[in-house]
Amino acid sequence: MSHDHSIDPKNMPKDPSKATTEGKYKFMGLWIFLGGETVLFACLFGTYLALKDSAAGGPTTQELYGMGLVFLMTILLLTSSLTSVYAIYHMKNNDFKKMQLWMGITALLGIGFLACEIYEFAHYIHEFGFTFRSSAFGSAFYTLVGFHGGHVVFGLSWIIALMVRNSKRGLNLYNAPKYNTFALYWHFIDVVWVFIFTVVYLMGMVS
Amino acid sequence: MSMTSAQKSGFGATLWDWLTTVDHKKIGILYLAGGGFFFLLGGLEAVIIRIQLISPENNFISAGLYNEMITMHGTTMIFLAAMPILLGLMNFIMPLQIGARDVAFPFLNSLGFWLFLFGGLLLNLSWFTGAPDAGWTNYAPLSIQSPGHGIDFYVMGLQLSGAGTLMGGINFIVTIVLMRAPGMTYMRMPLFTWTTFVASILILFAFPALTVGLFLMMFDRMFGSAFFDAALGGNAVIWQHLFWIFGHPEVYILILPVFGVFSEVFPTFAKKRLFGYTAMVFATFLIAFLGFMVWAHHMFTVGLGPVANSIFAVATMAIAVPTGIKIFNWLFTLWGGSIKINSAMLWSLAFIPSFTIGGMTGVMLASAVADYQYHDTYFVIGHFHYVIVGGTVFGILAGLHYWWPKMFGRYLNEVLGQISFWTFFIGFHLTFFIQHFLGLMGMPRRYWVFLENQGLDTGNLISSIGAFFMSFGVIVFLINIIYTTIKGKKAPGDAWGSGRTLEWTISSPPVHYNFKQLPLVRGLDPLWIEKMEGNEKMTPAEPVDEIHMPNGSILPFIMTIGFTIASYGFIYQTGNKYWLIAVFAGMAIALICMLIRSLKDDHGHHISKEELERVGD
Repeated sequence: MSHDHSIDPKNMPKDPSKATTEGKYKFMGLWIFLGGETVLFACLFGTYLALKDSAAGGPTTQELYGMGLVFLMTILLLTSSLTSVYAIYHMKNNDFKKMQLWMGITALLGIGFLACEIYEFAHYIHEFGFTFRSSAFGSAFYTLVGFHGGHVVFGLSWIIALMVRNSKRGLNLYNAPKYNTFALYWHFIDVVWVFIFTVVYLMGMVS
Repeated sequence: MSMTSAQKSGFGATLWDWLTTVDHKKIGILYLAGGGFFFLLGGLEAVIIRIQLISPENNFISAGLYNEMITMHGTTMIFLAAMPILLGLMNFIMPLQIGARDVAFPFLNSLGFWLFLFGGLLLNLSWFTGAPDAGWTNYAPLSIQSPGHGIDFYVMGLQLSGAGTLMGGINFIVTIVLMRAPGMTYMRMPLFTWTTFVASILILFAFPALTVGLFLMMFDRMFGSAFFDAALGGNAVIWQHLFWIFGHPEVYILILPVFGVFSEVFPTFAKKRLFGYTAMVFATFLIAFLGFMVWAHHMFTVGLGPVANSIFAVATMAIAVPTGIKIFNWLFTLWGGSIKINSAMLWSLAFIPSFTIGGMTGVMLASAVADYQYHDTYFVIGHFHYVIVGGTVFGILAGLHYWWPKMFGRYLNEVLGQISFWTFFIGFHLTFFIQHFLGLMGMPRRYWVFLENQGLDTGNLISSIGAFFMSFGVIVFLINIIYTTIKGKKAPGDAWGSGRTLEWTISSPPVHYNFKQLPLVRGLDPLWIEKMEGNEKMTPAEPVDEIHMPNGSILPFIMTIGFTIASYGFIYQTGNKYWLIAVFAGMAIALICMLIRSLKDDHGHHISKEELERVGD
């Protein structure tokens, strides 16, 4: 049994993130965790759908939502998912520098998304007086979209911590699973956003 | 490395060992101890309820305190007693049954335990300032209107312990899928492992619904949102849906693991393989699947309409089919077996008729039209105590008697065990059988008094007397534990002589790495197969080599302290914003622990070949 986690470039495993048993456990554990997260967001979506028309005299979905900013946010987040794929591609080729670069771009796109979201919330509050407390619709909207935003914040903290921690020592079989589980989590956040874009914004604008 | 720390003695070292342990067996024992403590607390609350109801218009406790008592009794028994004790059994036994040396995520396992314990302690701290009083189901808008901080303690306490349970569920799923010993295919897994697996899947998909429900309740009570506030367009029925989307699978989380326990106890003491193994596995999955399809049968009287009520009624009745398959399979396992009666077997045998009565009243309740009559009466109380006590508690006691020698190396005393069984068994039926009739006569649940001469006096008296019998049984069981710890008979590895599964192939209690060499599994009931072929022990699947084990850590404990401080802050910041300091400080502690865990490498340690050979088997 090897105690050493360094990667031998001449004898490169096909997928360094799943070359150790711990890596395999983490990979599966995160998939299972995302199953639970799916239920969490499903419940939030259900609550939102039940309450979206309960504006209590405040602004309605059609008055609030606009296409421009939300479209930009969608582009930013979808692209960040793609760049994380590039990062994992470079991990499998044992190219640590390029992996860090693409993970960095992923994080920047995520920060861009987050900035747009903060602007969006501030806009609703100041221009429309639409707050977390103003109606059941407001509570449901900020809770659903805010939970997603919270996941983005957590993901960003995670990848930044990983990148800083490992910047000097490079890729090995111990930290490869960590990058890989992050990428998986990031894809999940992206998928949730696709549903938010459709169910909250698109459906809100037409109905 | 671990050996040197384990050799230190003294109270401090022992305490440190238990606080930092990531050994699934020790965490299992911690779960049993924590769950056992809350079981006694919940039992005490039950006795107080029964004293209040022993006679008409009694004033043993006030109406407000009575509301707190019923709320805390239900919440404690479900979340803090029954489930943790089951998690304890799963933690200890399941890895042994599949031939693993630990669970997949030992650190997470420890974190899950501490979150459960501190969530439970936080909830019970509310006794000093006013406990939650809206029933264990905590329906809005009653819970939104409840003054004081009782409900806030309920929300934060359950959020913490629920997070811990979810971690346990994920951990068990990955462990069972990826860590089975060579040859242990899915269809060779013992039934208790199967039911652990399926219950974990239920935990995974059910608990997030509770998480969301609790968050919405927290936001409404603490931050002025309007989810359940009809004046601002909110809808109180959302709470009921979320609670029962979690709550109904929860009752299967409570019952499926004990189905697994009985499926181990019957074959061992009947010396026959389990009848209909494949059907048992299939029925477990079917119950779990249907368990997610029936939540609205708790809401028949809400007014969801005849179509919804009919669909949920039919789905509910369908669950009787896989459950019936299981009951018959246990009976056929016993049929023609060489049966040995002891405490474990008595609890298992008593389960069959008791649980079947509970199942029968369940089908009665499933009929939506009839439910309008039963709803919120003692008939419902009688029904769910028949399934939860007659099912889950009997199963836990069967499992404890069965695996006690494996866990602690000593047999529980048989005489005390049987005294405890008979008093508890008789007391249980005295308490709850009559409640069905009290309910049919119109006695509503959750009322703190009933009037004289309404035909309810004798029934309630009998019910309360039964509660004293049950208490006596529990006290005898506690005495049994103390007696066994001091003077109990020592148990060999195969404690019952007729063990069939892998946990009986190793010493009692097991060494901390469980298996010196992983066993080769050649079929269902691997130990039995070896015995039938005249082999003394399992064939190893690997040579003796060094074993990789995880390191202990204090981080889960500190992380939990952080979350608990933050929860306390959340509860009290509604009155005084300075409490936000506690929120931020607590979250900072927890997040820093997470960061340390993420950034500090932890490769575990190895037990050397020489050391293994020195220890022997």
